[in-house]
Amino acid sequence: MPIYTAPLKDQQFILHDVLKITAQTDVPGYDELDRETTEAILGEAAKLAENVLAPLNAVGDEEGCTLENGVVRTPKGFKDAFDQVRDGGWTALDCDPEYGGQGLPYLVSTAVGEMFSSANMAFNMYQGLTHGAYNAIHAHGSDDQKRTYLPKMVTCEWGGTMNLTEPHCGTDLGLIRTKAVPNGDGSYAISGQKIWISAGEHDMCDNIIHLVLAKLPDAPAGVKGISLFIVPKFMVNDDGSLGERNSLSCGGLEMKMGIHGNATCVMNYDGATGFLVGEAHKGMRAMFTMMNEARLGVGLQGYAQGAVAYQNALGFAQDRLQGRDVTGTKAPEKPADPIIVHPDVRRNLMDQKSFVEGARAFTFWGASLIDRSHRAHDADAEGLVSLMTPVIKGFLTDKGFETTVLAQQTLGGSGFTREWGLEQFVRDARITMIYEGTNGIQSLDLVGRKLGQDGGKHVMAFFEMVKSFIADHKGQDADFDKQFLDPLKAASKDLQAAGMYFMQNGMKNPNNALAGSYDFMHLFGHVCLGLMWARMAWAAREALAAGAGDTEFYETKQATGRYYMARQLPMTGTHLARIQSGADTVMALDAANF
Amino acid sequence: MKVLVPVKRVIDYNVKVRVKADGSGVDLANVKMSMNPFDEIAVEEAIRLKEAGKADEVVAVSIGVKQAQETLRTALAMGADRAILIVAADDVHTDIEPLAVAKILAKVIEDEKPGLVICGKQAIDNDLGATGQMLSALLGWSQATYANKVDIDGENAVVTREVDGGLQTIKVKMPTVITTDLRLNEPRYASLPNIMKAKKKPLDEKTAADLGVDVTPRLTVVETAEPAGRAAGIMVGSVDELVAKLKETGAV
Repeated sequence: MPIYTAPLKDQQFILHDVLKITAQTDVPGYDELDRETTEAILGEAAKLAENVLAPLNAVGDEEGCTLENGVVRTPKGFKDAFDQVRDGGWTALDCDPEYGGQGLPYLVSTAVGEMFSSANMAFNMYQGLTHGAYNAIHAHGSDDQKRTYLPKMVTCEWGGTMNLTEPHCGTDLGLIRTKAVPNGDGSYAISGQKIWISAGEHDMCDNIIHLVLAKLPDAPAGVKGISLFIVPKFMVNDDGSLGERNSLSCGGLEMKMGIHGNATCVMNYDGATGFLVGEAHKGMRAMFTMMNEARLGVGLQGYAQGAVAYQNALGFAQDRLQGRDVTGTKAPEKPADPIIVHPDVRRNLMDQKSFVEGARAFTFWGASLIDRSHRAHDADAEGLVSLMTPVIKGFLTDKGFETTVLAQQTLGGSGFTREWGLEQFVRDARITMIYEGTNGIQSLDLVGRKLGQDGGKHVMAFFEMVKSFIADHKGQDADFDKQFLDPLKAASKDLQAAGMYFMQNGMKNPNNALAGSYDFMHLFGHVCLGLMWARMAWAAREALAAGAGDTEFYETKQATGRYYMARQLPMTGTHLARIQSGADTVMALDAANF
Repeated sequence: MKVLVPVKRVIDYNVKVRVKADGSGVDLANVKMSMNPFDEIAVEEAIRLKEAGKADEVVAVSIGVKQAQETLRTALAMGADRAILIVAADDVHTDIEPLAVAKILAKVIEDEKPGLVICGKQAIDNDLGATGQMLSALLGWSQATYANKVDIDGENAVVTREVDGGLQTIKVKMPTVITTDLRLNEPRYASLPNIMKAKKKPLDEKTAADLGVDVTPRLTVVETAEPAGRAAGIMVGSVDELVAKLKETGAV
């Protein structure tokens, strides 16, 4: 059975030593988050993650969900655990106090979300999707809709879903066929089939509030003709009690590679009663406002699976005895040394560790920018996080999945067996590269849309930020300059050169930009992690200089950063070379010759 | 009725304990610390008594270093109404001995006049298991130790105790000191709203000197050592050989 230990110390380090949240006094709510407060919140969330959610991860995988007579049953123990999470107030963490939320910053919710996702990703999706639907209604619903639905969604007494995909279209939503016909009383009759609906039907909530994309009879063609509807499983009476069952049903469950504990449903709407959210034909816009957070959430899932996989790989490497250290025996009393002595096992573990810790810092930083944009109405922060969102989603899930595979590899044959649980992390992590927009789509969003947004202002601000970080820290410590600032500068130059290539060659042939977009997303991701490692190493240096007691922790942090800068960051050169080779070799073949 | 619950800040039960290089004790610097698990059970029991209408206030008390504030906040987050910290040491490695703790508690009780004290049966760091009994003696109160079930019935408490070979139910006169055993209850997880509320609950701070209690140790720690590691196993060829080996090593 795999284990999970919440990374409390590392999370506290990022919140307080790196992001210095209490010093960010212009973000309302951050001043309350002193070390003791976050320790208390995260410590209690850790207990739930470790003791309640993690033990159900393998159960959920083995048992999966079942559909009988239209009723979906979640795996044994899920309902009790869901009640515990709900009763503990965790689903309300960053929700609006006006609707019963705790009103804490999104950053805290991100830290708790990492633990819950590492412990049991399939389980945590039920509340994650509810939260997504909550966000959409909160941003675009009428006051009446908010009063009717939000309080119960904050507590997760009612669940929520997002219904976008149909059998013939997912990425290109302009093609959807689900219809919404006015009933004449202000409501609409929704008809059509939606597929791959996570948490579409299950037994953990009294009601499920589906958000459904559909087309009105007079809708313009394409994405400009899509509207968003609230379609409850049970109608809600004026007094808030549940009324009759709406005419919608779960038509089937997908058999899938991972996240077996989450019900992935085919949803059939047969003239179901729905209510328009926001303006007619403006459904895509409503969806997009919540997309940033949802995509950050998926990036988080990606590295969170890497994080738990790494912990288990590390435990194995410290216990498993095979061979002797080539530079001299380490455990003479034992028949062999633990495999962690071997350089290639080290290389593998360091790749995992340096990615996971860098990704955690990157995601927390992104979450802090969301808080800054929402709570302090900082448009620059919003622009920056919007630019980095496809990087967080695409890069962190690609690398998160890769990390689960590296962790599996650490265990050799044991990693391939069910018993050790590593193969589940691999299977569960795989979906994060696909849903919420495949990573290919993320790279197109980055290069095609985000890079040039507001005249390229946000990417320029990013470069400026890297430049000023280097300028502000240079010349104070020769080792730091050489180990962190020089590589960061070189990587940032590669990123600028790639951007320049797109400007010069993408105009005359867009394929030159799009054939390099995936490499660009990875190049960008490495620069971001390089920046985070430089910031973390500097924070560790400051803590040590201030006489912080835990020298082992801070020195380990610096050493891990050095590894990333030396062994991972140079990948930017490869990505740049690939980008600069252009589209010619990518597009050379006639489709018939593949 | 007021219930007083003493809680101790100890090394977290999940932490792999490391003995200090000089053998003077366990290394506690930069190690995760938590509430003693038996004390969590005590806090839970007190809160349940309050929820059942048998108690009207739960006061948590901790004695030790200043950082024990965090332990008290945990008790407050679980549902205690207020907390008292008695600072009695500066170094996290200083363990206040049971007699000194009992004397300090007796002083606090003089002030607070609770009708019931519930403490953990022992702390998982030094495993002494003496504070509750000493406190009962100092106060001249009855005691009901190793509680598996607690029922407060007006003037009396009916307590089922875990004893060798089974359970024993006794009736003691109130006020009394109860010490909790592992199976008394399962402590709750603090809810997020209660964690936030705990920040605003009162936490008074005093020192051992304020109460006139001398906390100078009376015991001397001679040596602290790691348990011996497990020896490597050996392969045997047959059942006979196994039995012979077991006899040889004195295992059977």
